[in-house]
Amino acid sequence: MTDETIDFHALPDARGRFGSYGGVYVAETLMAPLAELTEAYERLSRDPEFIAEFDYDLKHYVGRPSPIYHAQRLSQKVGGAQILLKREDLNHTGAHKINNTIGQALVARRMGKRRIIAETGAGQHGVASATVCARLGLECVVYMGAVDIERQAINVYRMKLLGAQVVPVTSGSKTLKDALNEALRDWVTNVDSTFYMIGTVAGPHPYPQMVRDFNSVVGREARAQMLEQYGRLPHALVACVGGGSNAIGLFHAFLNDRDVRIVGAEAAGDGIETGRHAASLAAGRPGVLHGNRTYVLCDDNGQIIETHSVSAGLDYPGVGPEHAYLKDAGRAQYVGVTDDEALAAFHELARTEGILAALESSHAIAQGIKLARDMRKDELVLVNLSGRGDKDVHTIARREGLTLG
Amino acid sequence: MTAMNRIDQRFAALKAARRPGLIPFITAGDPAPESTVAIMHALVAAGADLIELGVPFSDPMADGPVIQHANERALAKGVGLVQLFAWVREFRQRDAQTPIVLMGYLNPVEIMGHAAFAQAAVAAGVDGVLLVDCPVEELDTAQPIRDAGLAQIFLAAPTTDNARLSRICDEASGFLYYVSFAGITGAAKLSTDAVRERVAAIRTRAHTPVAVGFGVRDAESAAAIAGFADAVVIGSALVDTLAGSATAEEAAMRATAFLTPIRAALDALTAADAA
Ligand SMILES: Cc1ncc(COP(=O)(O)O)c(C=O)c1O
Repeated sequence: MTDETIDFHALPDARGRFGSYGGVYVAETLMAPLAELTEAYERLSRDPEFIAEFDYDLKHYVGRPSPIYHAQRLSQKVGGAQILLKREDLNHTGAHKINNTIGQALVARRMGKRRIIAETGAGQHGVASATVCARLGLECVVYMGAVDIERQAINVYRMKLLGAQVVPVTSGSKTLKDALNEALRDWVTNVDSTFYMIGTVAGPHPYPQMVRDFNSVVGREARAQMLEQYGRLPHALVACVGGGSNAIGLFHAFLNDRDVRIVGAEAAGDGIETGRHAASLAAGRPGVLHGNRTYVLCDDNGQIIETHSVSAGLDYPGVGPEHAYLKDAGRAQYVGVTDDEALAAFHELARTEGILAALESSHAIAQGIKLARDMRKDELVLVNLSGRGDKDVHTIARREGLTLG
Repeated sequence: MTAMNRIDQRFAALKAARRPGLIPFITAGDPAPESTVAIMHALVAAGADLIELGVPFSDPMADGPVIQHANERALAKGVGLVQLFAWVREFRQRDAQTPIVLMGYLNPVEIMGHAAFAQAAVAAGVDGVLLVDCPVEELDTAQPIRDAGLAQIFLAAPTTDNARLSRICDEASGFLYYVSFAGITGAAKLSTDAVRERVAAIRTRAHTPVAVGFGVRDAESAAAIAGFADAVVIGSALVDTLAGSATAEEAAMRATAFLTPIRAALDALTAADAA
């Protein structure tokens, strides 16, 4: 099992490493802005005024704390452990992503940067970025793969309504990884004026740490809510893992609670054995992508391969370096959930609880159901319901042969 | 061990002749796998002093559209490190002098393994390696490359502060590659005066020659930079010129036609200097 002496809250180290993962693997031009950001974030994360401002916004603008909801009918139907949902779908803009963009926008403002760039896959981070930029009067440019623009049309329009410029990315596989490349290219070109708001716990240091810290409110709340509502910690935590921000957000507060089992659900697409998936941890290998060392999906020549998932937000060939570390340390387990399993879970939750989950989150629901089935009725499984499914209704309808007006 | 010293020898010879160095960059395997070796020989014949060979990568985050597309074309034809080393070996059969530097991103090297990569590179006749996403802070990652006797070329950029610049200069071998502006390859942001100033600052620290790249696209811009740098690197404009060549012969002819006037412009500087 895991090494009892590890303090999981002490990571990353000063170089931004989680064991051998993480680090700063970027072109020379970005070293200075990253150092500037690291310095600013270190200072702000200890500044009571900054923390108070962040907390205020989470409460009054995002609507935190998000509740923990006992999915009783679902649990009954599954017939095993009790399934609890951390309702990040109830946040303003409908996902956990806003926790991070609120934080980064406040950092950007303190650093005097008035132009924000972001990448987005499902469009949730793009919407969350556009939202906070509108609120703070910052310019917002969102890079989005042309394929994702197609399958997340509603979010594209939401971003435009919020005043953001959405730039289609047509290089490579035209999905999230390419949007990240393009955002990095923009940043290299406009280092002085621009703040790059990365949407997940990937990228070079300090992003994996900073994005984690802003999302870790999820786990801190959940831990306190569990003790208050149930008088104990959950037996297992489950979250979906794309880049890994909602997952680490939930997991982080529990990492040193070694009795709590931690499971990340990656997108297995058509099935890991088909090669058409996005399960970087379950099926990838250590490499370097987008500024950090982590597990990546690549071929034997080191070329990053195209990923496949019904959910745009999980369609990423890398993963946050802290997850790579937690996997190797044996502290968390990462498993694949197929498109079909996620869709089945989506319907199950809709029909039993009246909740339309995001397709990303539906992967976590599916895994939560699987775990619960083999557990006792008095045990608790806490699933992060990272976002709501309104953005996905067209995708789901299309898969089921329907066309909506 | 000539393999270790080709870069140093070449720069020493250039200095003795008071000639600015000319470093063309091409993406290996583009516009077609069969044209790479032919292009390399043509470039040398047209006056290249050192060749930078781009290792195709799926996610070239520091490159503009021209080199991105060259990468995509090469990858579509299945080009990888194994072929690239075979081409260098083939090139070496007819050219034992011209230094070759591989320029690329970390992941292909990581997956091959740094030690295996370094060994294969040396065996093929490569002289130096520039890993775009491996800054001096992550140097230990690439230690096997240095251990194998390959020069590790580092980038310095306009955003590099003096403290880091000193560190980079300390660690650099072969030459130092100064990126002339904050941006991606192929952009047009070159400001000669700003670059001249920065190169002067680098010279006070560097124990290696200083090459300047990014934004150099023709004889005029090359000559402007060569007035104060030890060498100029030309990438996107050449890659763009080669794109669409129907045959290896055509690609080689285009390479010659592209580089010849640039070499002439640089030699004119030397002549003017001597006069
Ligand atoms: C609702 C939702 N959950 C999860 C994700 C995946 O991202 P991460 O793994 O960073 O939480 C996304 C990404 O867009 C999302 O929109």
